[in-house]
Amino acid sequence: MAVREAGPVGSLQEVKEAGLDREDLLGIYRNMLISRGIEERGHILYKQGKIAGSFYTGRGNEGAAVGVATAMGPNDVGTPLHRDMGVHITRGVEPWRIFAQYMGREGGPTRGRDGNVHMAVPELGLHPMVSHLPAMLPVATGMALAFKIRGDRRVALGWFGEGAAARGDAHESMNLAGVRQLPIVYVCDNNQWSYSTPTYLSYPVEHVADRAAAYGFEGVVVDGTDVLAVYREARRAIEKAREGGGATLLECLTLRMEGHAVHDDAFYVPKEMFEQWAAQDPIERYRTWLFMHAGMSDDEESEITSAVKRLLNESLERAEESPLPDPASLEGSVFASPEDLDTPHHK
Amino acid sequence: MAEMTYIQAISDALRLEMRRDPRVFLMGEDVGVYGGAFKVSLGFQEEFGPWRVIDMPLSETAIVGGATGAALMGLRPVAEMQFADFISCAWDQLVTVAAKQFFRGHTPVPIVVRLPSGGGFSGGPFHSQNPESSFAHIPGLKIVCPATPHDAKGLLAAAIEDPNPVLFFEHKHLYRRIKGEVPEDRYTVPFGYASVHRPGEDAVVVTWGAMVHTATEAADELAKEGFEVEVLDLRTLIPWDKERVLEGVQRCSKVLVLHEDTRTGGFGAEIAATIAEEAFEHLDAPVMRIAAPDMPVPFSPPLEKAFIPQVEDVVAALRELAAY
Repeated sequence: MAVREAGPVGSLQEVKEAGLDREDLLGIYRNMLISRGIEERGHILYKQGKIAGSFYTGRGNEGAAVGVATAMGPNDVGTPLHRDMGVHITRGVEPWRIFAQYMGREGGPTRGRDGNVHMAVPELGLHPMVSHLPAMLPVATGMALAFKIRGDRRVALGWFGEGAAARGDAHESMNLAGVRQLPIVYVCDNNQWSYSTPTYLSYPVEHVADRAAAYGFEGVVVDGTDVLAVYREARRAIEKAREGGGATLLECLTLRMEGHAVHDDAFYVPKEMFEQWAAQDPIERYRTWLFMHAGMSDDEESEITSAVKRLLNESLERAEESPLPDPASLEGSVFASPEDLDTPHHK
Repeated sequence: MAEMTYIQAISDALRLEMRRDPRVFLMGEDVGVYGGAFKVSLGFQEEFGPWRVIDMPLSETAIVGGATGAALMGLRPVAEMQFADFISCAWDQLVTVAAKQFFRGHTPVPIVVRLPSGGGFSGGPFHSQNPESSFAHIPGLKIVCPATPHDAKGLLAAAIEDPNPVLFFEHKHLYRRIKGEVPEDRYTVPFGYASVHRPGEDAVVVTWGAMVHTATEAADELAKEGFEVEVLDLRTLIPWDKERVLEGVQRCSKVLVLHEDTRTGGFGAEIAATIAEEAFEHLDAPVMRIAAPDMPVPFSPPLEKAFIPQVEDVVAALRELAAY
């Protein structure tokens, strides 16, 4: 079973066949703009000294993140990572909560207990990442195992990077998913740089997705800057999993357009590489497609961009109104009590 | 009541939990067709089917991580490590993910990891360890170390019910050696309450797991000399019954802390430090500690016997305490 290299999405007809109407298409654009907008504001907040600790962005990965999340069903779950702002936004996390998270406020999904993009809103089917990548892959695999045990028509999505693909967690997870035909999609955000380490020092084959063959399921490589192609491939993989067809490894190829984190100027990435990938910026690329194939008008676009701007302004204000955690609450939430089990995802 | 071995009590607890709660399932290496390396789940797959008694690949990370994911989706996984020693392979999943997920994401992780632990039968460095203190140091994990069939059954039921990750250390050397009266119905033994395994008022031995029995044999020896020793079985280390330990120290004024795990950084150090901080003025003798020496568990029988605290070691220490 060789890896399949997925082609681009062309016509509106093709997109409609993949299950998206025009409103969905504009929604995808909006979600990509919000994702990038949050991170651009984050840079400003960081420079203003309003963000403690470090700051990570997913610039260049908006298409891959939004594309996959758009393909998820309402009851599907996942463990998105630090380049996947678009997943949180697409699942409906309110941007003010993300700003509050950045600033260590009570209103953030972790209530100031964890920082930056170590966050998720479980009620929306997302569970927060840890720094030890890809340690959430076994967890996502366990979610898929639960669905398989219960016979739920639900799918889990586990994100990982091409760097973390070198760790044993990835192998143990995919091996188990292959053995047990679990309803899971492993999404590799291949942004070609694991901090400063290039792909050829991380893995010795052409694609990370080549490994899927070793686990007995399909590997697909898709251009992660083509949001619609990502959507099409993610949907195919998710629905296959839902129908009992087992796992897929979906590799979304992008370039990390900024450093590993805000402190890193990415001097080690060749300038030409940045130029080449900047020319296929996922948002710009999709915007052009919307004008050409979906008849987006200038008015429609400016309506979307100004609504996004307004949303971000309001979100930032609301986040700054959110209180900082009270030190008196410091030791309060190490252990769960029985009533904590009474949440939607535990029923 | 029925007389059961320690291992039968564990099987019984698991079976009762699986019968009463369809969310409870067992996952581990060789737990299904084979019934587990120690036969704890013998016959379970026939009763509950292959999707509730899941034979896993040799993947401790996937077992503990998988349990965590399944728990987040509302199930109540009981994961078996074939030997407690192998939990090191899943350290990250327990320590990085499971222990901290509620603190960060406010999502409880109700998993139980069963850990056949302890030495005494030449298991060597990788099949004999007692790694409880490593995990007791990790906030967010609960640590259970039963010493009797009664407690093994009740604590396992409580562990499965608990909304947190629980490490259940079942001592292999007790599996078939220790028998006791066990109620046939389901019951729970709450965490954080020590039990008096043997009463006494001249000194108290604070211990857990297999050492409860070693301490009791030693205490019986000392009783012949007119020195009555209380054996206090902590039963759970996180949470541990600090109040009861301090009460024992105040009443007896002499204390020995005993464990099979190695000495430095062992949980006994925490107990001894707490006694020094909070009951110093009640002590008539220095807090004594007996533990295994700071080294890997040796294989050869005479070496292993010298490594694991023996009844005569405890007797000698208690005589010293008596004379002090």
